[in-house]
Amino acid sequence: MPGEARVEMTRFILNGALVAVSAPPDERLSDSLRERLGARDVKIGCNAGDCGACSVLIDGQVVCSCLTPTRKAEGHRVETVAGLVADDRVARTLAQRFQDHGAAQCGFCTPGMMTASVALLRQEPAPDEAAIIRALGGVLCRCTGYRKIIDAVATIPAVLAETGAPGHAGAAIRRLDGAQKLAGTEAFGDDVAPPDTLEILVIRSPFPRAAFTFGDLDAWRAGQPGIAAVLTAADVPGRNVFGVIPAFADQPAFAEGVTRFRGEAVAAVVGTPAAIRAFDPASFPVCWTELPAVEVPAAAEASGAPLVHEGRAGNLMCKGFVACGDAGAALAAADVTVEGRFASGFVEHAYIEPEAGFARVVDGRVEIHACTQAPVMDLEAMEILLGMDRSRIRIVPTAVGGGFGSKLDISLQPYLALGAIKTGRPVRMAYSRTESMQSTTKRHPSEIRLRLGATRDGRISGCDFQGTFNTGAYASWGPTVANRVPVHASGPYRIADYRAEARAIHTNCPPAGAFRGFGVPQAAIALESMLDELAGKLAIDPLELRLKNALTNGVPTVCGQVFAQGVGIRACLEALRPAWEAERAAAEAFNRETDGPLRRGVGIASGWYGCGNTSLPNPSTIKAGVRADGRILLHQGAMDIGQGANTVIAQIFATALGVPVTAIDLIGADTDVTPDAGKTSASRQTFVSGNAARACGEALRARVLGMVNASETAVLTFAPCAITVDDGASRHRIALDPLAADADGYVLAASGHYDPPTKPLDANGQGEPYAQFGYAAQLAAAEVDTGLGTVRLLRIVAAHDVGLAVNPMLVEGQIQGGVAQGIGMALMEEYIPGRTENLHDYLIPTIGDIPPIEPIIIEEADAHGPYGAKGLGEHVLIPTAPAILNAIAHATGVRMTSVPVTPAKLAAALAGD
Amino acid sequence: MSYLVPGSVDEALALLRDRQPTVVAGCTDVLPARRQGQPSGDILDVAQVPELRGIVRGPQGWRVGAAATWAEIAAAPLPPAFDALQQAAREVGAIQIQNAGTIAGNICNASPAADGVPPLLVLGAEVELASVAGRRRVPLEDFITGVRRTARASDELAVALHLPHPPSDAGGAFVKLGTRTSLVISIAMVAAVVRVAQGRIAWARLAVGACSPVARRLPAWEEELEGRSLEDVASLRPDASHLEGLAPIDDVRASAAYRIEAVRELCQRALMRALVSAAGGADAR
Repeated sequence: MPGEARVEMTRFILNGALVAVSAPPDERLSDSLRERLGARDVKIGCNAGDCGACSVLIDGQVVCSCLTPTRKAEGHRVETVAGLVADDRVARTLAQRFQDHGAAQCGFCTPGMMTASVALLRQEPAPDEAAIIRALGGVLCRCTGYRKIIDAVATIPAVLAETGAPGHAGAAIRRLDGAQKLAGTEAFGDDVAPPDTLEILVIRSPFPRAAFTFGDLDAWRAGQPGIAAVLTAADVPGRNVFGVIPAFADQPAFAEGVTRFRGEAVAAVVGTPAAIRAFDPASFPVCWTELPAVEVPAAAEASGAPLVHEGRAGNLMCKGFVACGDAGAALAAADVTVEGRFASGFVEHAYIEPEAGFARVVDGRVEIHACTQAPVMDLEAMEILLGMDRSRIRIVPTAVGGGFGSKLDISLQPYLALGAIKTGRPVRMAYSRTESMQSTTKRHPSEIRLRLGATRDGRISGCDFQGTFNTGAYASWGPTVANRVPVHASGPYRIADYRAEARAIHTNCPPAGAFRGFGVPQAAIALESMLDELAGKLAIDPLELRLKNALTNGVPTVCGQVFAQGVGIRACLEALRPAWEAERAAAEAFNRETDGPLRRGVGIASGWYGCGNTSLPNPSTIKAGVRADGRILLHQGAMDIGQGANTVIAQIFATALGVPVTAIDLIGADTDVTPDAGKTSASRQTFVSGNAARACGEALRARVLGMVNASETAVLTFAPCAITVDDGASRHRIALDPLAADADGYVLAASGHYDPPTKPLDANGQGEPYAQFGYAAQLAAAEVDTGLGTVRLLRIVAAHDVGLAVNPMLVEGQIQGGVAQGIGMALMEEYIPGRTENLHDYLIPTIGDIPPIEPIIIEEADAHGPYGAKGLGEHVLIPTAPAILNAIAHATGVRMTSVPVTPAKLAAALAGD
Repeated sequence: MSYLVPGSVDEALALLRDRQPTVVAGCTDVLPARRQGQPSGDILDVAQVPELRGIVRGPQGWRVGAAATWAEIAAAPLPPAFDALQQAAREVGAIQIQNAGTIAGNICNASPAADGVPPLLVLGAEVELASVAGRRRVPLEDFITGVRRTARASDELAVALHLPHPPSDAGGAFVKLGTRTSLVISIAMVAAVVRVAQGRIAWARLAVGACSPVARRLPAWEEELEGRSLEDVASLRPDASHLEGLAPIDDVRASAAYRIEAVRELCQRALMRALVSAAGGADAR
């Protein structure tokens, strides 16, 4: 028959080698490359052309391999990042520059960024920024804020410590795990399972709230070739409940009888890759009955509303409260007051790596290899669900392609474990983008009412904050948001008379949980907007108003906590002054001199964030050992989710031990071999695990010095099979071979532990919630197109007090990445269940949406931090959205109170609607 | 289920008649739409059929092969009026999509937000369809009949678009409005082509996308512009009477009311840019 071309084999050149692959006619090239040809360096983030992570070059042109049928590769030349970085000169030097700039954070989008950049650089060896933005506009990055990527592609010189420097705390060195992210060898959640492993697909609720019954599952399964097992709540051997906060644990691995949000799991099928590929979820024998649902707090709190959980009356999960002085009296006495109502929607984390993992049973123990921010919490959750002693469970985190809070909660871990146990065979699964968005946690939508007063000379006189947070169907981190918000809603300001209440309300929405800032960014929008309104009423410069009220050493917070040292907010604000004055003048000149629809404005906002758990124990342990061959191994259990813990913890440890960081080999997180370094959350790893690493390094150093009675200033050198200790007066050689090895094989070992000192909060939220805060102030310059309601950002300046920048390059990367997320929250991001469950309806910033972001690092050393260091991870996005809202108000006179400020919303506000 | 790769239009047409395959080219719309567990049936990949390739100037006008990619269109040496099409080509998705996605795929997919349609409408495009029974040409406005519906019969293949030669002194422009800079489905977009004579608009054509089930020309506004002096038009925006036929909806991207207001502004901006394009073309001569 003419044109009959049913192809059994597709032949093409993959990274210079002829390959032949036999694939079904409709298979995507991304799948063939990953599963049939071993090219796991190609990443899948969306299967829809929305993220670009799967980009490859075909005959030199960049395309999404997920949108390319394998058959299209026939006879062509396909290049992936692994082949390019190994063999291509342009790619190899670009990979070096990516490392120099820290342009790969988690590394999941890196294959897409690299291939798209190589395609550009082959055409244009010295591209300008516009060309780079055009070339990379099809690849989403959620970690870096894109600016380091632009710098790397544009061959901007990187500011790094000199080669050969020890790389101690304070040194900008390359990420220690950077090379594998560029080479394409980093193994993420979906990269560890062998090909042909059984796969799992979850059956999910199509309704916000529904009752359901199953048909005869055994009979159904028996009729399904290739389906090895069906999993439901009946297969959960332990208690079918999990939750990150034990007192509130309420979420089932599989719903029983009723589902509480759209996308909730009720069952899963386990089968061969071919069977899962052909499996239509609509054919699964489950019968749904949609039930009335409540999707916003107002409906959930209405009398007679259906309860999401029995026993939580009014759908109120919990409240948080802080009060000091007399807010009502102070407001009544204030010379001026302002009041505002603010709203925000669900925000999706949108890490480019969807949840993925692999599990198997080894010698009667369950091993789960998956992306996670919290391996030991995963272990504790699985202990309950599986009804197994924890000694029989091993969590081996893979590399994590971004987390931002959502990968603190377990997601697919129960399905992996149950699938491996029930079938007795290894199993794997990767969430589709849609199920990742439907089923995992989100930032809490907020409705906030804020009243703020001031004296005529600009001292804050009274603040009353009421926040209602939509916490979704299950508790997750909702209690943490409720607790943190009242503590932080004052901002880093002295407010003597303060009252703040936050309530978390259940709805039939996805669980709202942890997302960079735990509710504080939402609260900051209200406060920082109202401060600008106050400044307007008082005719005081907004920067001066903030400086007048900024906390200083020795001044109590709204919790009554007094820091004698380390309060850096004034330094952050002062650092913005030059840009503030220049940009305000430039904007006003532009507006005077320009006709037409464009108006420019400049806004400013502050932020603060307490590092570590709120008034709760929060320990980390780091251990290290020296082998007889002289290598130092650091058991580093603080999850690196792209932020750089692998590098920062090693730098701190190396500093304390007194060796170059290159002398250390990392042993990554694994609950069998690394002690608990806590969760990667609450901006705590540099601070808390950093202190544990310092203690560990100091303990090991003391041990070595003690063996030869050397002085504390001695120089240690770890050579093969020996340590030399030179304190100037004497030089000792410690031979390692004669020393007995411990169970880990170490001839010398030490561990360090740290738990930050805090004190409980009383009924009025008075106490010492955190051992340290980090501080921030940011400036945004924006241009509003008043004809269309669009906002173009011109420049962001971000001053952050990090105590000590353990690695300034990584600090800058955190700042730029967090600012980019703040921009998304301000201008475009809103997750609407059922409507924006993909990355083309849910928009995050692309490379062209991010203006130059200039970090200013402030180092107001903290007495509790390792070498003075403070946490940073969440501070970075707290001031961004309010600074942008303030810039819009400055440009147009219109105060936006609801984010995201989409063009339609801003245009309506400009029109006075 | 087979992946069919015809070597010629005749082969493709025979397969279309006999196998009822899904026709694909760039696959940038087909693959994202695939649902878990849905068999794809036979696939007919026409991207490499020689007759469907290339962008050629002929005596009657330009012939753009159905499988011309957006990247190829953006790079082609086309006259200034085609700026509308070339600017749109650079705004479809991002470079990965532009390297694969094709012009006929864009119109056959018939999304209301297809970026290619407004420029093709203002350039007077006709779609050439072939089947084993013969060939026909259909004006683009008659070809797209509704949301994801076209006049293509199931045994027909779009083989080319034909665009008449615009006057060499005409200019074009495309203005896209989205919530971010790339990889974005348009809230609204406007394409314009304009010709100037003696300081006045000789004629103008404007088309609006993403504000009706099928992108539409604005004949009342075009008529209003005709003969206006260039000074006049700088401040002119269409009003409701000129926008009859648009029927925008509220969706996650924007409200209907906003779309109408935005279109008024975009029409003005597209026209001004098209005038610049026309002037640039005149300068180049």
